[in-house]
Amino acid sequence: MAFRKFIKSVLLGIPIGVTFLDCVGYVARVDGISMQPALNPDASQTDYVFLSRWAVRTCNVDRGDIVSLISPKDPTQKIIKRIVGLQGDVVSTLGYKHEIVRIPEGHCWVEGDHTGHSLDSNTFGPVAQGLLTARATFIVWPPERWRRLQTELPRRRRPIQIAKSASYYSQ
Amino acid sequence: MVSILSRVKDVIKYSMMYACLTHCTFEYVGDFVVCNGPSMEPTLHSKNILLTERISTRFHNPRRGDIIIAVSPTDPKQFICKRIVGIPGDRIVLKNNTRPIEADIDVLVINKKQKVNEFQDEYVPRGYIWIEGDNSENSSDSRYYGPIPLGLVKSRVVCRLWPIKEARML
Repeated sequence: MAFRKFIKSVLLGIPIGVTFLDCVGYVARVDGISMQPALNPDASQTDYVFLSRWAVRTCNVDRGDIVSLISPKDPTQKIIKRIVGLQGDVVSTLGYKHEIVRIPEGHCWVEGDHTGHSLDSNTFGPVAQGLLTARATFIVWPPERWRRLQTELPRRRRPIQIAKSASYYSQ
Repeated sequence: MVSILSRVKDVIKYSMMYACLTHCTFEYVGDFVVCNGPSMEPTLHSKNILLTERISTRFHNPRRGDIIIAVSPTDPKQFICKRIVGIPGDRIVLKNNTRPIEADIDVLVINKKQKVNEFQDEYVPRGYIWIEGDNSENSSDSRYYGPIPLGLVKSRVVCRLWPIKEARML
């Protein structure tokens, strides 16, 4: 009888857990060096970050946010990058096929902090905002690295022209 | 008093449980979609109710001819319903010019080996698909915004449930 009760609570617990992970957020390991120095500053240890799903539920992201998104080249892979430009912005690129890009409607420009060691929009161009899955808000592990991740953009990577309003294309 | 409290507790507990169950079913198994707009006519009309499934889209192997629901690349809050025309590696031939395009452009999908010179063409890159509405005169699709990443695809349309008279597999 106790066994049946156990099975029953597991069967009911799984959906609750999955819903929580889908709506609130989850913790993920950061692989690679593309976000140095903000994440994984030392190659010997990997950071674990809390990815907030709640923060992107309205697709409301800002320049400088660290986000995780589905890689446009390989849908099975997730990548973590910083948002540099939003729709309507004009950004100067680093080695993309056009030197200056106006970001199309519904897209954003993402880059890794570690310029030159990151597979980002400079390779695959602007990405659709629909690919964003979550926003990284905290480093949770290792404990000595525990901190909130700031929304900041290096001065030299600010867009050359910022769209006047969020609805640049609907005017 | 105590009995009312425990009643309330029960109600909350069960509604939470069912909300979570519904979320999981709609998120991982399949859901219902009401379609809107003329872009898929004559296959689908406005206000048709469709049953979609999310199991096969998890594996990310698109098939030509499937009707899919995807997040719109131009507006992340909107969903679009289109047919997959080209999968990675296909060559898309845009007749008489490139995108962004005016209305009357025929798009032909041809195999890699065939050769057509007089048309503008482009390959669908890895991880992307080429989607189009069935109503080519009145549809904004890949001919306008280019191939879309597979990550945007949410579900595949299985059948139409409403109107009852036209209910069938798609």
